[in-house]
Amino acid sequence: MRVILIGGGETLETIYFLARIFVRKGYQTTVVDQDPDEAKMLSQRVEATVILGDGSDPAVLDQAGARRADVVLSLTQYDADNLVACQLAQQMYGVPRTMALVSDPDNEEIFRQLGISMVFSPAKIIGTLIEGQTACEDIANQTMVAGGRVQVTEVMLREGAPAVGKTFPELPMPNDSLIANVLRNGEVLMPREVDHIRVGDRIILISVPESQADAIEVLTGESG
Amino acid sequence: MTSNQYIVVVGCGRLGSLLANRLSAVGASVVVIDRDETAFRHLSSEFSGFQVLGNATEVEVLRRAKIEQADCVLAVTRRDNINLMVAQVAKVIYKVPQVIARVFNPQRVAVYKEFGIDTICTTSLAGEAFLARLAS
Repeated sequence: MRVILIGGGETLETIYFLARIFVRKGYQTTVVDQDPDEAKMLSQRVEATVILGDGSDPAVLDQAGARRADVVLSLTQYDADNLVACQLAQQMYGVPRTMALVSDPDNEEIFRQLGISMVFSPAKIIGTLIEGQTACEDIANQTMVAGGRVQVTEVMLREGAPAVGKTFPELPMPNDSLIANVLRNGEVLMPREVDHIRVGDRIILISVPESQADAIEVLTGESG
Repeated sequence: MTSNQYIVVVGCGRLGSLLANRLSAVGASVVVIDRDETAFRHLSSEFSGFQVLGNATEVEVLRRAKIEQADCVLAVTRRDNINLMVAQVAKVIYKVPQVIARVFNPQRVAVYKEFGIDTICTTSLAGEAFLARLAS
């Protein structure tokens, strides 16, 4: 896979470590950085092609091999630069997948509307993670997927939890939530295989951040 | 034609302030956005519009300038990418009827034409003016 990474300045460390990850995976990696010292450092430390230039300049994208690239990731600290780099990569060079970093979370939805396939907002993801964290130790192993839009949570049911003794269809789960599996006695079961919910069952819950707290309350009786 | 129009000028440099001053003088309601307070010094004393201090790549700043009510947005900062982003937000998200972006790099012009963004390439314009002068 051929990947072009654009960034530097405040995102230099991210670019460096990402380039290292890609090279280790065997991707043909090109890094584009506007700063001569950074470009020099990157070329010495990573086995990637390093281009000195502005990744939102069509000529530089061409030089970086955009015509044959599979993915272009523009991860500068400037949302506008990332937008233009991705749009040029898509429109002028036909790059199938582009990703833009956005510093301002409000730009995440805007960039999607403007046609960028993958948009990543660190501020939004961290903010959502904080919201999703519950102090209760029965809520464990929380993972975010789909760029922070979906949460997967493991919920342990103790004695007295309202879900115990009920069947899954009876549970008044919020609309944006789903029970994927039940872990019982070391086995992974599907909800349809389970007659009644028991104490000690670990429920694998899939939800959006907005519905997670309600879903957990239905299961455990606790509002996290 | 521009009097009674609500025009948002993004970037108060030489070009932005020139446009803001002239449009205000013919009676348009003008709002100027710039992230640098000193830029507003370019505005003439007769400028009767509003100033919004902030970074136009933050939607919240555009909303403060009431972009949703604008008849026209002129994106004329010194950076092509900011102009192109503001222009797209104005046109695609806020459906502003007339949007023009200043672009320095001629190579970006064709692509944005495909997106339906009206651009004025100051480099090409200046180049043509110089060549015309040399030819005469």
